[in-house]
Amino acid sequence: MISKEEVKHIADLARLELTGEETDKMQKDLANILGYIEKLGELNVENVEPTFRPVAAQNVWREDEQQKQNPQVIETMLSQMPAKEGNMLKVREIFE
Amino acid sequence: MQASPQLALRQAKEIDKAIAGGKKLALLAGIPAAIKDAILVKDFNNTAASLILENFHSAQDATAVAKLREEGAVFLGRTNLDEFAMGSSTEHSAYKITRNPLDVERVPGGTSGGSAAAIAAGECVFALGSDTGGSIRQPAAFCGVVGLKPTYGRVSRYGLIAHASSLEQIGPMAKNVDDCEIVFDAIAGQDPKDSTSVDPEFPISNFQFPNIKIGIPKEYFGRGLDKDIKKAVLETAGKLEKQGVKIEEISLPNAEYALPCYYIIVPSEASANLARFDGIRYGKSEKAENLFGVYAKTRGRGLGEEVKRRIMLGTFALSSGYYDAYYLKAQKARTLIKRDFETAFEKVDFLLTPVSPFQPFKIGEKINDPLKMYLSDVYTISINLAGVPALSMPIPKAKVENMPVGLQIIGPHFSEKNIFHLAKAIEQL
Repeated sequence: MISKEEVKHIADLARLELTGEETDKMQKDLANILGYIEKLGELNVENVEPTFRPVAAQNVWREDEQQKQNPQVIETMLSQMPAKEGNMLKVREIFE
Repeated sequence: MQASPQLALRQAKEIDKAIAGGKKLALLAGIPAAIKDAILVKDFNNTAASLILENFHSAQDATAVAKLREEGAVFLGRTNLDEFAMGSSTEHSAYKITRNPLDVERVPGGTSGGSAAAIAAGECVFALGSDTGGSIRQPAAFCGVVGLKPTYGRVSRYGLIAHASSLEQIGPMAKNVDDCEIVFDAIAGQDPKDSTSVDPEFPISNFQFPNIKIGIPKEYFGRGLDKDIKKAVLETAGKLEKQGVKIEEISLPNAEYALPCYYIIVPSEASANLARFDGIRYGKSEKAENLFGVYAKTRGRGLGEEVKRRIMLGTFALSSGYYDAYYLKAQKARTLIKRDFETAFEKVDFLLTPVSPFQPFKIGEKINDPLKMYLSDVYTISINLAGVPALSMPIPKAKVENMPVGLQIIGPHFSEKNIFHLAKAIEQL
């Protein structure tokens, strides 16, 4: 059974603020779902390679060069920034 | 979710002008379409049915949308879905309830429930959906329309708001198989903007009906399947057999592990993909004392219950100490599930199965029990894990609880054209 402390720890890792009520419900839901997922424990996967993508893919390269962008696209993106200075995105300080 | 009358009228006027001028018309000229609100349309207020994108405006078209635009399709609006395409009933939308037009007490399925409902109600000729674990096929089945989940990589994912990148595909939904195929032809193809997109070597149908072998995977007809749905699917197989198709029972022995495998991989990928919704570059942004607070508050308030549940599950499965036991184990299980399909397709050309174990349920019936909701996808998720294509279509003349019954045709990688060929033969039964 997943503890309430674990739920709070995961919420921190995931950058999710949960209310007390949400934390309680989350604990119950995660316990149920993880209980169901336990079924995978029955399966023997010794010597089995993982499949990270279903269809084999090749690496695709392109030149590392600046690509032209439509000014209207830039304008639409700039106009949606929560905080900006001139044409630049403004973020909160990362180091204190 | 929202109609786009100005855009539609402008597009229609251009088509009218082309017709009046005697110009050669594009493939989809003037055909009214709806787009699932997880697929970007330039100037649309795309929300993915989430509050965190309430005021978001798309700067560009998704590649699939750009291709439709080039072919002259007219965009009527964006359709409802479960928030970030997480759910099975469209009830997890932060904005609206979508009802099944065939019975308004029932759900339309999900997550492309809005697209399926719009087609069934006659509000558009076709629609785009997206499918991570059944999100095109199950709503198509619930609303009596046709929908295809293409082979992974067959349609560009550029401009699809990412949920589980190794499983999802944009796909066509329409009233009949012919229309579905026309839309598929328009949107398929390799795209430099999606490095996982590919063009297959043999993009045409290569068999003569009825010279084919169809497998009936016994694991898809066991406990939990509505007996009348089972009967309708097996009767269809019987009719095909009478026409000369060889029908054979086969086994996908790891089928029962698909659901637990899926509910590790999908939340893991979702937890990473949805990290971008952080209140910094676009979308909702809450004020807080520090950067961590901005992230946590924005996401805590902007994301809905199911989305948070999956981010939590995924973060847990990827976290230190649990990665090997959950995430890596699931990816290994996925290898076995994929191998089951490869082995099956050495023996048969197609698999025929139900789409959903039960008929459309009532609005509100499963919303408070996530596990019950997850079980809706038990017959559709393996297909995404294996990356193979599958089509959902209503069984001709069949009704259970007075609703249409969905049939799923599964083929090997890149066999879409063969699937359409068989589906058209089934439409004639």
